[in-house]
Amino acid sequence: MIYSLCLLLILVGLYGVVVSRETLKIVISILIMNHGVHLLLLLIGYREAGNPPIVDPGASIASFANGAVDPLPQAMVLTSIVIGLGVLALMVALCVRLYERYGTFDITEIRRLRG
Amino acid sequence: MMAINVQTLIPLFVAIPLGMSLLVQLVARRRHAVAETLTIITLLALTLMSGLSVGQSGIYHLGGWPTPVGIDMRLDALATLLLLVVSVVGLAVSLYSVDYMRRFTARSHFYSLFLLMVTGMNGVILAGDLFNLYVFLEVAAIASYSLVAFGCAHEELEASFKYIVLGSLSSALILTGVALVYGMTGTLNLAHIASRIAETGMSMPLLLAFGLFICGFAFKAALVPFHAWLPDAHPSAPAPVSAMLSGVLIKALGVYVLARLAFNVFGIGANELSLLRWLGLLSMVAGGLLAVGQKDIKRLFAYSSISQVGFMVLGLGLGTPLGLIGGLYHLVNHAMFKPLLFLNAGAIEYATGSRDLRQLGGLNRQLPVTAATSMIGSMSIAGIPPFNGFWSKLIIVLACIESGFYGFATAAVLVSIVTLAYQLKVQRMAFFAALPEALKDLQREPPMMALAMILLAVGCIVLSFAILTGLRDPWLIGAAQQALTAGIFGG
Repeated sequence: MIYSLCLLLILVGLYGVVVSRETLKIVISILIMNHGVHLLLLLIGYREAGNPPIVDPGASIASFANGAVDPLPQAMVLTSIVIGLGVLALMVALCVRLYERYGTFDITEIRRLRG
Repeated sequence: MMAINVQTLIPLFVAIPLGMSLLVQLVARRRHAVAETLTIITLLALTLMSGLSVGQSGIYHLGGWPTPVGIDMRLDALATLLLLVVSVVGLAVSLYSVDYMRRFTARSHFYSLFLLMVTGMNGVILAGDLFNLYVFLEVAAIASYSLVAFGCAHEELEASFKYIVLGSLSSALILTGVALVYGMTGTLNLAHIASRIAETGMSMPLLLAFGLFICGFAFKAALVPFHAWLPDAHPSAPAPVSAMLSGVLIKALGVYVLARLAFNVFGIGANELSLLRWLGLLSMVAGGLLAVGQKDIKRLFAYSSISQVGFMVLGLGLGTPLGLIGGLYHLVNHAMFKPLLFLNAGAIEYATGSRDLRQLGGLNRQLPVTAATSMIGSMSIAGIPPFNGFWSKLIIVLACIESGFYGFATAAVLVSIVTLAYQLKVQRMAFFAALPEALKDLQREPPMMALAMILLAVGCIVLSFAILTGLRDPWLIGAAQQALTAGIFGG
């Protein structure tokens, strides 16, 4: 159920990328899509009523592995968010530069390349 | 030859260009000569290192952590082949940039981003687990987005925006695939995933993940239904960047990863193979036909790249040893002649200020080195017998016939003829037609640009002789094919 909500979020983002006419709205849609993927990653490591993934001194590894949520997807999501931030900054910078050159955010008017 | 411990070399393939790209920003922001020298030295060192690691393989554990816990970087024959290609093309391109990039401001940024792109590609080639593969892919992709926009003119920004939107979409697909694979197998290590899948077989979510990977990496390789960004992005970039993008980026990020995942990790079946074949056929035909009508030289070469990637994927999609050899051999060949052709186009643009074939003509007197090397490149890509492109296309056609796919073989032959047609068009309109009045007194190409083009042309000729060594012998390409067939080692 909750997985399909993630899928829905991804599809909302995809829909936004396909139908938006403004560069900034496309950027926001990509952001939504990325966060859908991040949520999916987090859910894969989730365990209902799980413990935080910190090993107490003295606790056995087996009981830790049985009780804790998986920390690896969290680390991956963190990395992916940072990558996403870099891409986002570049995209927004491109939007600003495009606005300077073409005087518009409308992608139907930004089309010199053809063929 | 001195025995080199390849284990110590593996991390350096990523660390050296990464460190150098930072160093260029620190010490050479205003001193362009220093930035140029540092870049050329870095690429020379990488070429040397990849030459030394030929025939060796190994796994490097990052920080000394053992495999299930730590991060692996693995080097096998296929990775060596790709590293060698990236370094040699990168070396030629960095030599060429010395003269070509003089027209641009902020050249030290160019060299930093260029080295970052090399870092990303080397990282993708050496990554031992899916998530690091994704991270390095993004490093290379972000560097290439900004390199496409480097001139900051109208077309460049537009092309870069298109590229970044489609690139982000494909990266999201790939990350979803990574998440699904991790959820199903509980590991990210390529070798472990391969053994888990071999035990359990393909379940529905894994099949979905594989489909997502095919879509995502077909985007990066610009196979036909996913190719829309390439004909804008590759011609708009400065010529050295176009050469890098078309020459190695689409292969290191697209074709290589596709082959690695399909053959080594997922253990591809007959249905998936036929999907690859059809993708290859579609790109081959559509790219070739679209190239014929182009007036812009670089745009024509960009469509031609789509077509040639189709040849590679068709060869790989056959799945037979001969098909794999043909695909990989064509990959290496294309990495020599396509950058060469893009550098030729850049030299023409540098001298005349135009890329429009209708405004050019008679350049073989004015730009002798460009004309001669471009002739070699054109004959190679069109598959004229003594040159390397002929042999790899011949192997692919023979492999099609061997597997009983006569239709694919016929299509490959026909597309070769189309390739010849558009290359002849370039030769005739740019180099042999009457010289227009406006181009009477042109400067010759600067020495470094000529040197880079000669280097790649010599590469084409050397690869033509590779066929004599017998590709089935465990030499470079044969060994890479065996690495693909034998499955992933270690774990």
